[in-house]
Amino acid sequence: MAKKTPEINASSQADIAFLLLVFFLITTTMDVDKGIQRRLPPMPEENQQEQDVKINRRNIVVVKINSQDRIMVGTSPAEVGEIKDKIVEFLTNPTDDPNMPEKETKFIEGLGNYPVSRGVVSLQNDKGTLYNTYIQVQNEIVRAINQIRDQFAQEHYGKKFAQLDEDKQKIVKEAVPQNISEAEPKDVKGKK
Amino acid sequence: MGRFRKGGKKQAPAISTASLPDIVFMLLFFFMISTSFRQTDKLVTVKLPAATENVKLERKDLTSYIYVGSPIPAKQAQYGTDSRIQLNDSFRTVTEIRDFVAAAREALAEGDKEQMTIAIKADENVRMGIITDIKQELRRCSALKIMYVARQK
Repeated sequence: MAKKTPEINASSQADIAFLLLVFFLITTTMDVDKGIQRRLPPMPEENQQEQDVKINRRNIVVVKINSQDRIMVGTSPAEVGEIKDKIVEFLTNPTDDPNMPEKETKFIEGLGNYPVSRGVVSLQNDKGTLYNTYIQVQNEIVRAINQIRDQFAQEHYGKKFAQLDEDKQKIVKEAVPQNISEAEPKDVKGKK
Repeated sequence: MGRFRKGGKKQAPAISTASLPDIVFMLLFFFMISTSFRQTDKLVTVKLPAATENVKLERKDLTSYIYVGSPIPAKQAQYGTDSRIQLNDSFRTVTEIRDFVAAAREALAEGDKEQMTIAIKADENVRMGIITDIKQELRRCSALKIMYVARQK
């Protein structure tokens, strides 16, 4: 009988694989970038530059940040923490105040008629504003809108917005639109 | 032989480690696939601002990054400490964003061009002047989908 070939010792295979594994573990960057997503308005055409969309004064709330990072919401100064509630109150207009945004009854597929707020948040900043402050304010505005969406989702579907399926999220987004306008910087308009 | 062992405790058989390499390989492949090597060296220091309402950046392959911040200490002798824009791996001016965006758009498949995202990684201490300039330039070359990258608070 021929002598059996001894089995090749495979125990070091694991070590080799581990070595490679460690290498890739270290080089992997798993960090997913997160942030605040925005859509910029398209650049106006040369000939229609002055043709701004007329928005009723009551439908617009101006959030201003000056070069000292002081914040104004509407006509009164505010701290970062106060912005959210002010925006929520403005956009939902619970008392149907004539100085706050009107509501337009809109037909939304899958929901029916719903009074959609026409409120727009206009964000204006100075050249000297800190980026950090700007992001904080953006964040607060998004937080306000998310709160309204959550509330809406809770009332209509009994769930939070994030837990709804895609179709329902679309409905909620239509009922509570995210209308943030960023003002045209003044000096850029003059130059070009 | 068995006769002798009868009285003693039966020894537990050694656990087979034959499948260990397979498990390790599985992990290995996972990390090999998810690895992306950093292509650019950072020339600016960026401490991202913190926010709570972050959304995940989808489709990293469709994203181009614009870094804004103060140059790293090694470059400060040459470029000073004023906020600079970094595109790919060199300092650029605002007007060069146009070429950068055009090149990034060119590299994408036809159907994905609409989805192209520009991620702005700016230091929390930069002033809005430079960010506004970037935004205006992006609007001019119709790269409208942007993201302000932030830390989770």
